[in-house]
Amino acid sequence: MDYGLFSPEHDELRRSVRDFVTKELQPHATEWERAGEFPKELFARAGELGFFGMKFPAELGGSGPDFIADAVVTEEFTLCGSGGLAASFGAHKDLASLYLYNFGSPEQQQRWLVPAIAGELVGALGVTEPDAGSDVAAITTSAVRDGDDWIINGSKMFITNGSWADFVIVAAKSRPDAGHEGITLFVVDRGAASAGPQDKNGAASAGPQDKNGLPGFESRRIPTLGWRTGQTGELSFADVRVGDDCRLGEEGSGFYAIMRNFAWERIVMALAQVAGAQRTYELGRDYAQDRQAFGRPVAKFQVWRHRFADLATRIEAGRALTYLALRRFTGDDNPIREAAMAKLYTSELAFQVADECVQIHGGYGYVTEFPAERAWRDARLGPIGGGTSEIMRDLIGKTYGL
Amino acid sequence: MSDWPFSPEHEELRRSIRAFVTSELAPHADDWEAAGDFPDEVFGRLGELGFLGLAYPEEYGGGGGDYLCQIVLAEEMARCRSGGVAMAVAVQTDMAVPPIFKFGTEEQRKRYLVPALAGEKIFCLGISEPDAGSDVAAIKTTAKRVDGGFIVNGRKTFITNGRRAHAMTLVAKTDSNEAHHGISLFLVDTDAEGYEVVRTLDKVGMHTSDTAEITFSDMFVPSKNLLGKEGEGFYNISWELQGERLVGAAGAIAGARLTFEAALEYAQTRTAFGKPIGKHQALRHALADLATDVTAAQQLVYAAAERVNRGEYPVREISMAKLLTGEVAWRVADKALQIFGGYGYAMEVPIQRAWRDARLIRIGGGTDEVMREIVGRMEGF
Repeated sequence: MDYGLFSPEHDELRRSVRDFVTKELQPHATEWERAGEFPKELFARAGELGFFGMKFPAELGGSGPDFIADAVVTEEFTLCGSGGLAASFGAHKDLASLYLYNFGSPEQQQRWLVPAIAGELVGALGVTEPDAGSDVAAITTSAVRDGDDWIINGSKMFITNGSWADFVIVAAKSRPDAGHEGITLFVVDRGAASAGPQDKNGAASAGPQDKNGLPGFESRRIPTLGWRTGQTGELSFADVRVGDDCRLGEEGSGFYAIMRNFAWERIVMALAQVAGAQRTYELGRDYAQDRQAFGRPVAKFQVWRHRFADLATRIEAGRALTYLALRRFTGDDNPIREAAMAKLYTSELAFQVADECVQIHGGYGYVTEFPAERAWRDARLGPIGGGTSEIMRDLIGKTYGL
Repeated sequence: MSDWPFSPEHEELRRSIRAFVTSELAPHADDWEAAGDFPDEVFGRLGELGFLGLAYPEEYGGGGGDYLCQIVLAEEMARCRSGGVAMAVAVQTDMAVPPIFKFGTEEQRKRYLVPALAGEKIFCLGISEPDAGSDVAAIKTTAKRVDGGFIVNGRKTFITNGRRAHAMTLVAKTDSNEAHHGISLFLVDTDAEGYEVVRTLDKVGMHTSDTAEITFSDMFVPSKNLLGKEGEGFYNISWELQGERLVGAAGAIAGARLTFEAALEYAQTRTAFGKPIGKHQALRHALADLATDVTAAQQLVYAAAERVNRGEYPVREISMAKLLTGEVAWRVADKALQIFGGYGYAMEVPIQRAWRDARLIRIGGGTDEVMREIVGRMEGF
């Protein structure tokens, strides 16, 4: 078993996900990137193939729980050539779905998780706000009890899938004075008529919009530097009424639920960064072997040989580090330190690789007809999303008592 | 509890090596560093404890363990706090001696391998010359066939264990008209006539290591001491270099982790501007980066070692591990020295030693540049 993780069954799964990615995603990536969106039906297709169900048991429609299999799926999704698409799938399966699995009641799991695993409903996670990111305790979205219901007010920012999600798991302050203990999670269901996509400028591109959905809940597509197919959204809640049956977990348990999920989120980000870095590296290498300058392939100049040797070395190290975190996680540990290390190391690396990929392409690296610049834009999100590099370093330092 | 790729048996071995290193070697490190030497008896003691033959068959006095035992040894030897001592032992266990088992005849194994594993014969490895290092095909030391053996002439330099060694695994040219195919390996007794230790070299670090320059003047080596087939020396020494680089990487990164831990402890206790210096964000982040780099590089070593253990020959991953660990170890040592401030620059605090010793890793066993050349070529560049 490579790295003490992968069985022959995992290798087989890898082949089948790759088959899907290369046949059904890659050929359309450029077209979807230009349009700023991919067909929402792809969720149902991936769900049909079982790719959202690796972590979840058969009674919920999954094939697990097997987090290593899920890691394989994450790595392969990354190869689709559209960072936003991979992120969109990831936010659905590793944020929204995993929250429902870990913290949802059986009724809530039947209502949202089972269709999410099937790809019939698309989920998002809403924690970050315009004025609060990694400092989760500083969120200001409020949830006030009103009889059997809750009234939610506030806004959420940078929410992947936010502009087209069918349901959003929202973190809100149910007790504003209680700090970490005052945060509660809710599943905000947009309703059956809500889930049309918006184009890259935020205009409705197809399907019904919010007007017939949940009153008071609106979303706006945010144009982003990369991840252009990710349906990144800003959500606003104006007196949005949800029933108590939409409360996810105990009141006041939200902060701890969010913290508990962080290790896995960072591990999947690291898995995606390594797979992405490898792909970008190969993109640069293939170009350099082909392109001639001064009578030989660019790849045969020593300076490029050595720079790419360094990149290849760091990619292998990043992979080994990420698999350490994955082994610890699947070994029933909560590897806060290793997950943060893996996320930090691989996201910084992936951008460095992408930058070198642009550089080795020369002028072609700067034009949008070539895939290098897209990889570069997409990679830039790595050191920001899921907790910035600065937050990772702070966290790692704190695990050493600093 | 044992972490991949190690088993509980490896961890037990680790504990016993650590007990020896911390009780019998580390306490003498400062004295040995001051003297620029350490006693030969260290080899005897290591042999007695079985640590020189962990991965060799029991019939030769080895421990019958797997390759990962060698990694455990290299990691624990880093705790001796003297890079020269750890390097001397590694030359014995993972550089000069493995070719005897791999390429040697039964008779050569009895004559050289058995006493080497027992710590009775100390070995050195003769590859580098004044004008040829990683470019092994460019060596000039010649071994000319004569009746019953070879006559060797030439000069070797940067030879670890060069003064104390009883025997050398020698790389020499047996056919000057051939490049890679003209090189052969020999087992040489250092008391042979014509073998002379010209001088030991003063170095910036690795002070306890007797790094020597050695000349051969019409030295006779009997045919029975030809190691492996004539003309295959280049390929055989290329095999040797893989083991050399991987234990070098394992020892380097284990040492880097110790240096990190020393810096961390200092950063937790030393206060400035009202709080421990490690609680200032710049140092907290710097230490976080070091810990991350050390962990990543160490996992890269394990990934390569685990492949070797499975019988693979992962030149690419070994070269990567050698390259990355050397760089990380040096960066960690330099940052640690910085964190120690004025004390880092004082000779009575051991950080400067770690800093001086760590600098060699990027040079010895193939420079960073040679590693990049190997990796880059294997990657199609």
